Amino acid sequence: MNIDEKLALLKFNKSNESHLSVDNDICMRCSEKFCTYICPANVYEWNDKKCIMTIRYENCLECGACKIACEKKNIKWEYPKTEYGVKFKNG
Amino acid sequence: MNDNKTEVIVIGAGPAGVSCAITLARAGKKVLLVERGDNAGDKNMFGGCIYAKQTAVIFPKFWETAPIERPVNNQKIFMLTDFNSTIIENNNSSKAAYKAFTVNRSKWDRWCVEQAEKEGVYYAPKTCVKEILTENGKILGIKTEYENFYSDIVIIADGVNSKLAKQLGLRNEHKDTDVTVNVKEVIKLPKNVIEDRFNIADDEGCACKIIGGPLKNSLALGFMFTNKETITLGFGIGLDELKEKKIKPYELLEDLKSHPSIQRYIKDGVSIEYSAHLIPEGGFNSMPKIYDNRVMIIGDAAMLVDNIHMEGTNLAMLSGKLAAETAIFALEKGDCSASVLALYYKKLKNSIILKDLKTHKDTIPFIKKHINTITDLYPNLAEQFFDVLTIADEIPKRAKYRRFVSTVLRSGVIQKSIPLGIFAMERCIKK
Ligand SMILES: Cc1cc2nc3c(=O)[nH]c(=O)nc-3n(C[C@H](O)[C@H](O)[C@H](O)COP(=O)(O)OP(=O)(O)OC[C@H]3O[C@@H](n4cnc5c(N)ncnc54)[C@H](O)[C@@H]3O)c2cc1C
Ligand code: SF4
Ligand code: SF4
Repeated sequence: MNIDEKLALLKFNKSNESHLSVDNDICMRCSEKFCTYICPANVYEWNDKKCIMTIRYENCLECGACKIACEKKNIKWEYPKTEYGVKFKNG
Repeated sequence: MNDNKTEVIVIGAGPAGVSCAITLARAGKKVLLVERGDNAGDKNMFGGCIYAKQTAVIFPKFWETAPIERPVNNQKIFMLTDFNSTIIENNNSSKAAYKAFTVNRSKWDRWCVEQAEKEGVYYAPKTCVKEILTENGKILGIKTEYENFYSDIVIIADGVNSKLAKQLGLRNEHKDTDVTVNVKEVIKLPKNVIEDRFNIADDEGCACKIIGGPLKNSLALGFMFTNKETITLGFGIGLDELKEKKIKPYELLEDLKSHPSIQRYIKDGVSIEYSAHLIPEGGFNSMPKIYDNRVMIIGDAAMLVDNIHMEGTNLAMLSGKLAAETAIFALEKGDCSASVLALYYKKLKNSIILKDLKTHKDTIPFIKKHINTITDLYPNLAEQFFDVLTIADEIPKRAKYRRFVSTVLRSGVIQKSIPLGIFAMERCIKK
């Protein structure tokens, strides 16, 4: 079962606004890019051509790992607005 | 509540916040409990099981009416090697007293809040606190997306990510060594299949800890719990190790699911949910400042987790109760300053919470140093031991014993176990 199939099991109320953001210039100079593999929802993907971070914020499980993992403190991390985001039914 | 003003505001309706709010309400205090989820529990997940005795302090005989899944009276420890396993099992279904219950946080948290409301707690779901309101450094209340609320005391119970404790400067951002990333899957199976596979009687439950196999050589602990008609399977791993070893948590979960000794338990099951959550594992050494003028911090937000024994909800509830007792005292005295709220720290110190956290303040770094012995060497030696017992062939037993003993000696397990033994003994003696 891959991550997309796992995420498909979940109930999200998707917002049009991202609750996560990064400064792409800082990411460009980041050689480790920890956020692209430690995230349990595979939210971050570096786009090498455009030099931007793709952030699939709508899949975020709101765990908080990415903001701690980023050593450049480059992730602006908020909770999604009230009534948006993930909703666990079997926590 | 008049003019959005109350005596105490509690932020977060997890186990810490609810037990704090209900204790305040029982003493006749006016208390507002706010939660960012549409319902309590929507944003939460755990292993897991709640502990009967400590939960009953807040909710006496809760098992008679609460939505529990199964009482836990069977425990297993899985020591996995690459393809096999040695499983230690303890069955204690003949003991009458309940020890622990598996629960589903969505249902359990919601039930707890319903009890709190019945006892007079004013509850506001769908209310995300954006910041703590202050004026010239004095805490006045909270700011939500829509309005402000005011109180004499604010109690922060917003969980491991506690943005609010950070806003007040009571703690720094966590270090990656201070948290584990946990993922789990909930897998549906028929009730009787669960009972057969886990060797449990009708409506009884099992809690499993898993080390080794795909999790070997990391500070990673797997878990499996039985609910009524589902199994939860997951693990936690240090965020520093995810970074260092470039591990994707969901891929490691797949490795664990497909290990032959785990696969047998979940075979033909249907995954119905995937989730992730952090656990604060920094323990005693990483506790924030837990009180100040007009504010206290409880539960995960205060890092009050005993990671060695998978205890979190019980410490959260107890810290909530102790903070509530402190608030009651302060309100009655008419003085909510730090010097009075220091009583909360005293109460924590005299309780099981700080006693246990102190006992284990160096345990995680110590275990980390010996992780290969614990998660790789021990499971492999256990397997070889059982090979000696079960393989009958032309090789004389004496030769087999000799070979096993020489493997043991060559592995260095004896020397490697001495520090572990000494460390464990020290935990018993040290004050
Ligand atoms: C995988 C896993 C397994 C575990 N297994 C066990 C186990 O078997 N037994 C056990 O006892 N413990 C276990 N724990 C630990 C236990 O879940 C926690 O210690 C416990 O939930 C802490 O309670 P809390 O009330 O402090 O925090 P939480 O339960 O995290 O509750 C915090 C609440 O605050 C709300 N909130 C956060 N920010 C805001 C805001 N700004 N405004 C409004 N509301 C907010 C959240 O939505 C949440 O409801 C486990 C944890 C995990 C992750
Ligand atoms: S770890 Fe931080 S700086 Fe590096 S790529 Fe990710 S967000 Fe950017
Ligand atoms: S909070 Fe967790 S799930 Fe969301 S993006 Fe960060 S690491 Fe991924």
